[in-house]
Amino acid sequence: MEQEKMTDEALNAAFEARIAAGETIEPKDWMPERYRTQLIRMMSQHAHSEIVGMLPEGNWITRAPSLKRKMVLLAKVQDEAGHGLYIYCGTETLGIDRAELVDQLLTGKAKYSSIFNYPTLSWADMGVIGWFVDGAAIVNQTVLAKASYGPYARAMIRICKEENFHKKQGYEIIATLAKGTPEQKAMAQDAVNRWWWPSLMMLGPSDTDSPNTAELMRWRVKRKTNDELRQRFIDLTVPQADAVGLTLPDPDLRFNSDTQHYEFGAIDWDEFWQVVKGNGPCNRERLQARRDAHENGRWVREAAEAYAAKHTPQAQSAA
Amino acid sequence: MASSASVGAGYEDSSVPEEKSETQWPLWEVFTQRANGEPHEHAGSVHAADAEMALQNARDVYGRRGSVVSMWVVPSNVITASPSDNAGPFFDPGAEKIYRHPQFYKIPRGLKGF
Repeated sequence: MEQEKMTDEALNAAFEARIAAGETIEPKDWMPERYRTQLIRMMSQHAHSEIVGMLPEGNWITRAPSLKRKMVLLAKVQDEAGHGLYIYCGTETLGIDRAELVDQLLTGKAKYSSIFNYPTLSWADMGVIGWFVDGAAIVNQTVLAKASYGPYARAMIRICKEENFHKKQGYEIIATLAKGTPEQKAMAQDAVNRWWWPSLMMLGPSDTDSPNTAELMRWRVKRKTNDELRQRFIDLTVPQADAVGLTLPDPDLRFNSDTQHYEFGAIDWDEFWQVVKGNGPCNRERLQARRDAHENGRWVREAAEAYAAKHTPQAQSAA
Repeated sequence: MASSASVGAGYEDSSVPEEKSETQWPLWEVFTQRANGEPHEHAGSVHAADAEMALQNARDVYGRRGSVVSMWVVPSNVITASPSDNAGPFFDPGAEKIYRHPQFYKIPRGLKGF
């Protein structure tokens, strides 16, 4: 008993030393259970966000204003599916099945990003989602690409390469609308107004109210706090809004030449927690869409299994 | 000596299910070659009912941008990986034979282009 406890302590000390030395932890390495469960929680939330994130944009595929925009949007939404799969695959290396992760999403046990519970009311929302939401995701994921867990970091590197396309195509939509007719510019401004604050919230609760941050920072899963990421996103985005002649809906937004950062107004955290708890504008609709997709795809999965059983007996015995 | 755990599954040795449940197809590890002459490298994994579907899924997930010229898919549970708990002893023999490296040998000074 005593011997076992010592061994665990020694393992733990060795693990912490590896983290402190900046080493990458791989699936088969010893890790504290808490590190494993925290990573499963964080990575699966991230994967779910990619999958649910297909829904707000999927809403506009049939109504894209041109064939070019439709092709781009299709490719982008397909990328989000791919991103979900990269991260599910990384999460599975921690010893949990994807079926279980999907089940946690469909039963409402697992969370996903609050941002995807807002509705996409106009075509300009496709632009703002790419610009703000993918822009914020890039800020977050660029740092996560240095996370201590190898499969997560590698998934992030792969994703970051693709997100830049997402952000640029979104910004291009907005830039095009902003120099279009007065109605088009107004549509772009309206989308900016609706998405700005939820995009800031998307980077997570303030550091003073984020119970997991300290631990995840110590384990080098996170390398920057939510507030640091938010500041970085704001600093990057304000000049981009200026460049297309749109304003951000925050009267307190101003550049501080001493700190070289933008100051911004108070975030409505009540709204954030309401959305996280399931009371956002689209929470029920999003989950129902995922459940329907899962149910409606059942016959496809069954057919594929029947086909596989019938046609590839060798592969079955090998697997 | 060697553990039978798949490279994709670190937690349990047999986390790849033999029986396919309703939603869980077997796991396949994906290796991609980026250009002719380059090695195949591990890209990630996919779930698929059979090899053909694994290859198609792998193409859609890991080869969407034309950066892949060849792809392998391998059932995850047939991969045998080196042990992780005592990786030291397993690989030590490779480290202790320093005479395998050219730096081990002295040559006369002043000799150029050896």
